[in-house]
Amino acid sequence: MSTPAREALDRHATPWLFATALATTAPHFVHQPPWLGAVAGALLLWAVWLWWKDQRLPGRWILIPLVGAGSAGILLEFHTLFGRDAGVGMLVIFMTMKLLELKSRRDATVIVTLGYFLLLTHYLYSQSIPTGLWLLATMWLVTATLIRLHGGPSSRPRDTLRHAGLLCLQAIPFMLVLFLLFPRISGPLWGLPSDAFTGKTGLSDSMSPGSIAQLVQNGDIAFRVRFDGPLPPRQKLYWRGPVLEQFDGMTWHRHKGRQPATQLESLSPPIGYESTLEAHNQRWLLALDAPVALPPETVLNGTLTAIHSKPVHERQRFRLTSSLDYRFNPSEDPLVLRRNLALPASSNPQSRALAAQWRAGNAPEAIIAKALALFAADFTYTLQPPLLGVHGIDDFLFQTKRGFCEHYAAAFVVLMRGAGIPARVVGGYQGGEFNPLDGYLVVRQSDAHAWAEVWLDGQGWRRVDPTAAVSPNRIETGIADALAFGEPLPMLIQIRADWIRTLRYRWEAINNAWNQSILGYDPKRQRELLARLGLPDADWRSLAITLGSTCGLLVAGLMGWALYKRPERDPVIRLWHQALRHLARRKVDCAPWETPLDLARRVREQRPELAEAFQRVVDAYLVARYGNTDKHLKILRDAVALLRQ
Amino acid sequence: MGIVATLKQKLFRWQSDGTAPLRLGQRRIFIVPSRGGLLYALALIVMLIGAINYNLALGHALVFLLAGLGIVGMIHTFRNLHGLIVTPGRSGPVFAGETAHFELTLDNDRPTPRLGLELEAESGNPVFATVNRKKSTKLNIPVSSKSRGWLTLPRVRLSTRYPLGLYTAWAYLQPAMRCLVYPQPIAAPLPVSSPTPVGGERSGDGGQEDFAGFRDRQPADSPRHVAWKASARNASGPLLIKQFAGGAQVELMLDWQLTDAALADETRIGILTGWVLAADAADAHYGLRLPGADIPTGSGERHRQLCLEALALCQP
Repeated sequence: MSTPAREALDRHATPWLFATALATTAPHFVHQPPWLGAVAGALLLWAVWLWWKDQRLPGRWILIPLVGAGSAGILLEFHTLFGRDAGVGMLVIFMTMKLLELKSRRDATVIVTLGYFLLLTHYLYSQSIPTGLWLLATMWLVTATLIRLHGGPSSRPRDTLRHAGLLCLQAIPFMLVLFLLFPRISGPLWGLPSDAFTGKTGLSDSMSPGSIAQLVQNGDIAFRVRFDGPLPPRQKLYWRGPVLEQFDGMTWHRHKGRQPATQLESLSPPIGYESTLEAHNQRWLLALDAPVALPPETVLNGTLTAIHSKPVHERQRFRLTSSLDYRFNPSEDPLVLRRNLALPASSNPQSRALAAQWRAGNAPEAIIAKALALFAADFTYTLQPPLLGVHGIDDFLFQTKRGFCEHYAAAFVVLMRGAGIPARVVGGYQGGEFNPLDGYLVVRQSDAHAWAEVWLDGQGWRRVDPTAAVSPNRIETGIADALAFGEPLPMLIQIRADWIRTLRYRWEAINNAWNQSILGYDPKRQRELLARLGLPDADWRSLAITLGSTCGLLVAGLMGWALYKRPERDPVIRLWHQALRHLARRKVDCAPWETPLDLARRVREQRPELAEAFQRVVDAYLVARYGNTDKHLKILRDAVALLRQ
Repeated sequence: MGIVATLKQKLFRWQSDGTAPLRLGQRRIFIVPSRGGLLYALALIVMLIGAINYNLALGHALVFLLAGLGIVGMIHTFRNLHGLIVTPGRSGPVFAGETAHFELTLDNDRPTPRLGLELEAESGNPVFATVNRKKSTKLNIPVSSKSRGWLTLPRVRLSTRYPLGLYTAWAYLQPAMRCLVYPQPIAAPLPVSSPTPVGGERSGDGGQEDFAGFRDRQPADSPRHVAWKASARNASGPLLIKQFAGGAQVELMLDWQLTDAALADETRIGILTGWVLAADAADAHYGLRLPGADIPTGSGERHRQLCLEALALCQP
């Protein structure tokens, strides 16, 4: 098919399209399988090579099998063509393939539209500030490509980029208005593909030796908290997650069955706070031990874990109230107590023997003290414990004596159960880092922790943290102080130089503001904002009116800019008018028909004292106006200045 | 003319803009989304649904930024035409069936270039133009001529999709421009010349029939008659002119009556046109006699034009 002239694509527009394709697909290669990146890169290079050599593009009989092969590869890799990763993979393949089919301006428009679409898909993976900035720059490039396509070969790259920048800048006010006022719907509109929320880190509902030690090496933020009042003491900051009651000799699991009702009595004034939880794809929230008031759609289960109705798939804010001192289930269901005394019969005989020995004639408090004293004596707190055998607790207690919080919590609970005291492991986070710049407490994955809980008759469940016995620093100041130098902690929390820490605080405060006000702008925040703007209970109709009128005003402003004709800025004429105004002040008016020379003659008759100065202006004006302007402009300016004196 | 065309004429005013320079104002410029714009809008809707479904705050922001870009693009497309000055120029005569060219000048007094302009008088035959900042561009609008007579420039559609191609903005121009279309010549043998008796002083020496020798060149002699070879041989002397003798000066009177009265008027005019061209090519003295016009004999470029004009405008 021949291409009509108006649709023809000039050769020098093609590099723009290459740049667009590269900039919009390249960041995806991080999350896509390597072969896909290699294929896309090869296709792009092929297209560039064909363009460079000015050769014919491949025909349909090559392209169609290629598309088929690409789709087959994606099908093999992801077992579907839809869903997040597979869909993005298909878009990347289409984008690079289209470069091999680039014949007319219509093909190029398809590439640009696809490029805009690909921009959106990046946000499925990250919505951080750097991503936002990178995509803004990419959008500028894609828009410049679109302008270049329609401007034809006579547009220079610099002008094209400038024009694209102008368009994007002018679009920003519309974006702001729409962002704030466009009626927000909280998604999803329909079921999301199963891979929509993969790749999130966090606590899981089981614990085996090494699982928390691995999590701690991740510097990601788990949640941020802002307290209504002052920050509670650090050693009280236990963020309660899943409670693990079942032990198979190696791994601890959460009990999945029904949990009886809880009796929770608060013994200290409640502390209110707002927690912004990062997505962890679990239903539990991390509440300060122990939560007494919960956000909507959240319940407290039998083990005092706050459970949300839906898994937390995205960053979410929760308002909670907790009491630091509490009494929990002083009379516990016998079924629960029996569950928390169970130990697998054949495992860890040495530990059970030791516990049985303690049990004789000792009060529960004394047994707890004995266990903690054992840890305090010659155990080491480390992220790199030696491997443990089949009887893991025995190996740890009697041979290696090196472990991380999950080792201590597990060993402690086994000892307690062996000694007849109901006990269980609690997973969660401990501590956090207070950012003085924005007043948020930041809790990271590296603050992940496990501790124990024992049930004492009459007192209910009581928290015992065996790690505190081994390494008091872990609880008092944080993990970075508790571990020896050289442990594999994230760099971020190891560096303690003040200026770096200040920088980090600043960066995290900016990120937090970004998360709270931009990424966290949801239907609820929108209603709050509208109420503050004087539109309480705004329905979609009043929103539409506000939105429409604001956009109308913006369009009117832009139209004014478009229709405004800048006044003539010829400097020669401006200077001449200056001189005429000066004459008018001296009572010599220039008639519209009067030539400069006539006027000069008249000035000589009426105002001889001005004649010489004005004659100089006239001479300079005539030369500047009808001769070389640039050269004589200065002479004219000087002459006018002289006339004014 | 179909109903649609009639409606279009009613809707988009059709009156002459005269011959003065014309500055495009906002009332003259129409704008609608182009096919690319509709595709863009569709993509935005899909993207918005995606952003809502995955609850992407930045996705919302991107969609809204692109929507803003769409609105801004409309104003820029409009602005690409707004304030453009169109000045009608000249147009040379053509023979029927040839393409006439109407010259228009586009002036841009803005400090930014105007790119991607498209002018079209007949559908399917557009001219592309760009006007640099503070510059003007001359261009020729092609219009194919069909029949002799005055060909007025049809309504010109000046359109643009620059900068984003999401909208088509256009304005109709109707400058008062016309171009004379000569009849299409029909090749036919010249009529038998009747040697007209002319003044005795010219007979015998002014003829162009039989070679009779050389004479010195007078300033009034046509350079065509210079005998260059003979003059070169006689390098020091004046240029020489070939002398012809015997034949009287041939004078042709191309008369309407000489053509076959059975033929259609247009064919007869075509034959006459062919004769005029042939007589001019033969450097003959010829005159033209048409119903309503009588052109005495003569020769040369101006005379040929005069005859062709008379033929173009002849009303038999």
